[in-house]
Amino acid sequence: MDISAVALIASLIVAATPILLAAIGELVVEKAGVLNLGVEGMMIIGAVVGFIAAVNTQSAFVGFVAGALAGGALSFLFAILTQYLLSNQVASGLALTLFGLGLAALLGHGYTGIKPPASPKMEFFGLSELPVLGPTVFHHDLMVYFSITLVAGVWAFLKFTRAGLVLRAVGENHDAAHALGYKVVRIRVAAILFGGACAGLGGAYLSLIRVPQWTEGMTAGAGWIALAIVVFASWKPWRIILGAYLFGGVTILQLNLQAIGVDIPVSYLSMAPYLVTIVVLVIMSADRARASLNAPASLGRIFHASN
Amino acid sequence: MSLISLQNLTKTYPGVIANDAVSFDIDHAEIHALLGENGAGKSTLVKMIYGLVKPDSGTITFQDKPFAPREPRAARKAGVAMVFQHFSLFEALSVAENIALGMEKPPKPAILSDQIREVSVKYGLTLDPERLVGDLSVGERQRVEIIRCLLQEPKLFIMDEPTSVLTPQEVQTLFETLRRLRDEGTSILYISHKLEEIKQLCQRATVLRGGKVVATCTPSAETAKSMAEMMVGTKLTTPQKIKPEFGQPLLRVQNLSVKSADPFGTSLVDINFTLRAGEIMGIAGVAGNGQDELMLALSGEIRTPPASVQIEGGFVGQLGPAKRRQRGLLSAPEERLGHAAAPDMTLTENVLLSAYHRQNLGRRGFIDFARAQIFAQGVIKRFDVRTPSAENSAKSLSGGNLQKFVVGREVMQNPRVFVVNQPTWGVDAAAAAAIRQSLLELAMAGAGVLVISQDLDELMEVSHSFAVLSEGRLSPPRDAEGITVEEIGLLMGGAEIA
Repeated sequence: MDISAVALIASLIVAATPILLAAIGELVVEKAGVLNLGVEGMMIIGAVVGFIAAVNTQSAFVGFVAGALAGGALSFLFAILTQYLLSNQVASGLALTLFGLGLAALLGHGYTGIKPPASPKMEFFGLSELPVLGPTVFHHDLMVYFSITLVAGVWAFLKFTRAGLVLRAVGENHDAAHALGYKVVRIRVAAILFGGACAGLGGAYLSLIRVPQWTEGMTAGAGWIALAIVVFASWKPWRIILGAYLFGGVTILQLNLQAIGVDIPVSYLSMAPYLVTIVVLVIMSADRARASLNAPASLGRIFHASN
Repeated sequence: MSLISLQNLTKTYPGVIANDAVSFDIDHAEIHALLGENGAGKSTLVKMIYGLVKPDSGTITFQDKPFAPREPRAARKAGVAMVFQHFSLFEALSVAENIALGMEKPPKPAILSDQIREVSVKYGLTLDPERLVGDLSVGERQRVEIIRCLLQEPKLFIMDEPTSVLTPQEVQTLFETLRRLRDEGTSILYISHKLEEIKQLCQRATVLRGGKVVATCTPSAETAKSMAEMMVGTKLTTPQKIKPEFGQPLLRVQNLSVKSADPFGTSLVDINFTLRAGEIMGIAGVAGNGQDELMLALSGEIRTPPASVQIEGGFVGQLGPAKRRQRGLLSAPEERLGHAAAPDMTLTENVLLSAYHRQNLGRRGFIDFARAQIFAQGVIKRFDVRTPSAENSAKSLSGGNLQKFVVGREVMQNPRVFVVNQPTWGVDAAAAAAIRQSLLELAMAGAGVLVISQDLDELMEVSHSFAVLSEGRLSPPRDAEGITVEEIGLLMGGAEIA
């Protein structure tokens, strides 16, 4: 069996989309100065709730909405803990992941082995019939295009709008933003909710399209990869696409290599995407001065208005 | 009729009365000084005017109408603008973005950039709207704040300690801008404890002490000393500097170059000087010209080639802080909380962090808490640190008290060489005098002292020799006797590094 480049690209886009969604959400959260390590937990909750909703209503659309809402709801818990009760963001994020994984396993009990309703692929008036370009670019489900539009939207929001400027300002120096009269906590809660909804959407994409079925622990570290990709992208929206597709590409490549029986132990191949991520992160952060230039300066710091 | 009038403003925090029935008023087109020691309640008072703090009782009348801004936005809308002591700027954003954030309804970016250029030309405050604030000098950053305020055409302009970070020449430029604003009808509330400046600039002054108005005066009719005594409430004595005979070279720095790890930091370029026994060397310079990097390289937090830092002839450039301490080089960094002291640890524990070896506070690898406590209590007693006990956490102390503690902790270890950055930053006049006196005594006892500071008056008061750090380069040290503030100012601006 050969590896067809066309099939490879088409499937890497599908593999990358859940991570892309989660990562662009986390980027907004971190730009507001909050480090939410609970992406994995919010993704899997999105995956299971989206799956349950889709199966029960037989509508993939309802599934995606439910997934986003569930991710948002879980992130609201994180927002209350870190923004109002001023608890440590790292610990709260880790707890959120553990809680999400456990809760998802409980909710998903009895939903294993079921097929979700299918999501139709987009047709672009004959464009989808083009050789090469058709199957790689113009023959995907709606969510793939939505995810790319979302990245563009986030980029434009952060770069051109006043609300985006305020959000960046809050992440850069929350004390100064407060002194100027901006509502630091309110802005951060909004960003956290957006991040949660994106992660939930990414999770729902996993269980409804990518796999598509529900299995316990099915996110398998995708949330952590999304977190790494935000750093890899140096907090720049367009580079999120690059990072997610790079990771998706390596994942698909190793699956294909396994399928054609390359003479390398399977464990090494499944390790590959994660190894590549680590290597890229090391290269990215080699220049400390540059890395810290891009990072939001208030990232992970607790804000408390002292006056 | 006055522009703004405060009547019986009171604000209490748990355990402290920050403002106690404060009343005064500011006329139209007047520069009014608000004087007071640290902790006298100046900041709380202006925060109430700016809507950041709500008064417990009392009223404000602004332009003949009751005025109770609920948030800064409301105050800005009414025509009150404020430049903060610690700048409210965003380093990773551009000048124009920073200014837009401080405005209610900013115009389109292109129009705003033009407005910024226009105002900066009009008031002689050169500034490029597209530059990143992180790349600007401290003086330029202040211009960003001022222009942000000016674009809103305020009626009342509040400035909180604006000159503490400027060179003397920059101060004069600022004063010209302020006088022009006054002539155009803007009133200015000017907070400072630099009395000579207030004499030059302000028509009237209100003096706060312990949250109460204790005096109102006309600065031009007072002397700096008489105003200082109003602030402190007692007679002041200045420490006496005696020029000693210098002994052996203790600290020698040779061709020291350090690349800054901070993207907005300043790298050091080929620094050379020698500090002798009994000598206090003052290093002046505007913040951000390499002071932090010099401090780190001397304390050992940044390692350099062995020969670049020498203590009594021994190469120590490659050694870390603990090893340098054992050889007699002690240091007290500028940032008290988090760098000089661990905020959540008690004073006793904080003493252990730097004095463990020199004061023998350990026994067979275990901490000797009894001895550590005695040492901590000694520091508290000698430096008059106001704290219930040595078992209180460092962060519970006020800034001035903690500063006395961290300087005292090092001084009491009898250093051979003592390096201190901003020894009296944010400390009231009486405590500052005590800290300076202890530095002079240390030098008289034969230690070498290196004082890095932005406060020129302080450096003139204590140092025997003098050098200026500008853009990471150090001017050759010269005798402090006979040097004038103007000469130093020129050096600080980087005019002549000869």
